Amino acid sequence: MAYSEKLLDHFKNPRNVGTMDKSQKNVGTGLVGAPECGDVMRLQIEVDEETGKIKDAKFKTFGCGSAIASSSLATEWLKGISVDDALAIDNMKIVEELALPPVKIHCSVLAEDAIKSAIADYQQKNGIEVKETEKSGH
Amino acid sequence: MNNTRQIYLDNNATTPCDPRVVDEMIPYFYEKHGNAASRNHPFGWIAEEAVDYAREQIANLINVDSKEIIFTSGATEADNLALKGVFEMYQRKGNHIITLKTEHKAVLDACKKIEKMGGEVTYLDVDSEGLIDLKALEAAITDKTILVSVMWANNETGVIQPMKKIGEICEKHGVLFMSDATQVVGKIPVDPKATGVHLMAFTGHKMYGPKGVGALYVCRKNPRVKVTAQMDGGGHERGMRSGTLNVPGIVGFGKAAEIASKEMHQDAERLSKLRDKLENALIAAMEEVYINGSKEHRMPHVSNLSFKHVEGEGLMMTFNQNIALSSGSACTSASLEPSYVLVALGLGDDLAHSSLRFSLGRFTTEEDIDYTIKAITQGVNHMRDLSPIWEMYKEGVDIDSIEWSEH
Repeated sequence: MAYSEKLLDHFKNPRNVGTMDKSQKNVGTGLVGAPECGDVMRLQIEVDEETGKIKDAKFKTFGCGSAIASSSLATEWLKGISVDDALAIDNMKIVEELALPPVKIHCSVLAEDAIKSAIADYQQKNGIEVKETEKSGH
Repeated sequence: MNNTRQIYLDNNATTPCDPRVVDEMIPYFYEKHGNAASRNHPFGWIAEEAVDYAREQIANLINVDSKEIIFTSGATEADNLALKGVFEMYQRKGNHIITLKTEHKAVLDACKKIEKMGGEVTYLDVDSEGLIDLKALEAAITDKTILVSVMWANNETGVIQPMKKIGEICEKHGVLFMSDATQVVGKIPVDPKATGVHLMAFTGHKMYGPKGVGALYVCRKNPRVKVTAQMDGGGHERGMRSGTLNVPGIVGFGKAAEIASKEMHQDAERLSKLRDKLENALIAAMEEVYINGSKEHRMPHVSNLSFKHVEGEGLMMTFNQNIALSSGSACTSASLEPSYVLVALGLGDDLAHSSLRFSLGRFTTEEDIDYTIKAITQGVNHMRDLSPIWEMYKEGVDIDSIEWSEH
């Protein structure tokens, strides 16, 4: 399968790989996927409590090249934006940016789920009402 | 591509042609281009002679009579001809076929078609080593059973089945025994008659011959086996497979068989040493590396390994501009399912997703193996640094206790 240059770049030089202290109040952690399915993403955000903006984002992913690139790209996009803007990130944007082939679209869906799951975790910890977001369902 | 080095470790998918094979074929594209069925001019005679000679070369490799070789387009066609041909020919005797869950799709899908045609098929489980349970086989045989089909060695794991013992069971119950021997012919000694195998499918392109040509061995004596043709036409191949013979392909297949007769022992010995070197080095260099399938009953050139907590396709992307091999990961298949062969061995889906198959060949060098050891070790370490489940494993978290969101 021929992958785009951008995808290969994110795969070879993944951005923001790492682990945050998930016990911190301003850190939200999303863990989605399953080893049996061949992909697991853990995406974490650190929110600046004053501005409500995402200060930092980290990920680790078990999965194929597209899954790794999708989560790497997601962390890049998350840094510096508000939680609400983060909730609006759509998986199709990731598909476009990385030129994911049709069989790999589920990798972008998983990345969107990871973002939403990390935000939900942050909001729960901080007593913020978790907004009902449209579940991408897969 | 940042490195021109290309290493081919996917010889179970296909082998390159031996140059000696290609040299032999070339005249049959040009001056010796005749149709082997043309009986009334020298072009036809020369082609027929060449086909007869190749038939001998192939028969010699597997110790059978040349009249027992039916040429086909490959092993898939030979599997189909054997299974469907026996089913149709022996319908009055019974409609039951027994095979294994780990067979190649050419056998499994032909069996599914047979079920639609009114046949009954039993798909036997294998044990954790990939081996057949002989008691279960014997218990599955009924008075309706006409055929047992067991692949000689598995394409993904290289595991070799106890063929002689299966042959004895078939003999005892008067059931025909067929084998897909695609991965073994030309690699290790194969003698269907001494093993009790009545029909055997194999192909040129897994033994350094050309693609597009294969054969079915059909036993002619004790018992005399017949199959109903699946391709109708000019009555070629003693009526069992019509169609103009692929003369250059057959010539190449024959030459490949002759070379294999002479060289397979030394090839096997050299490759098993290289395979063991690769396997031992990877297991020594990293934790949580598992060999899939029986270590004892295995082809000398195959190694199927799982690198726990690393996904196979992602791992391959770390080096596959330089090294060609296969993975049991779902992401490398069109179906998005992990390898059914590895799953049948009782590997969890997670380990199946983490597998790589290394299949060495005649042109694999020690340098290739040394490079591969380094590249795989780097790749696995890189992927584990990225893997959240590897991190959890290192922290002592029980991965199985987590409630994963299946998707």
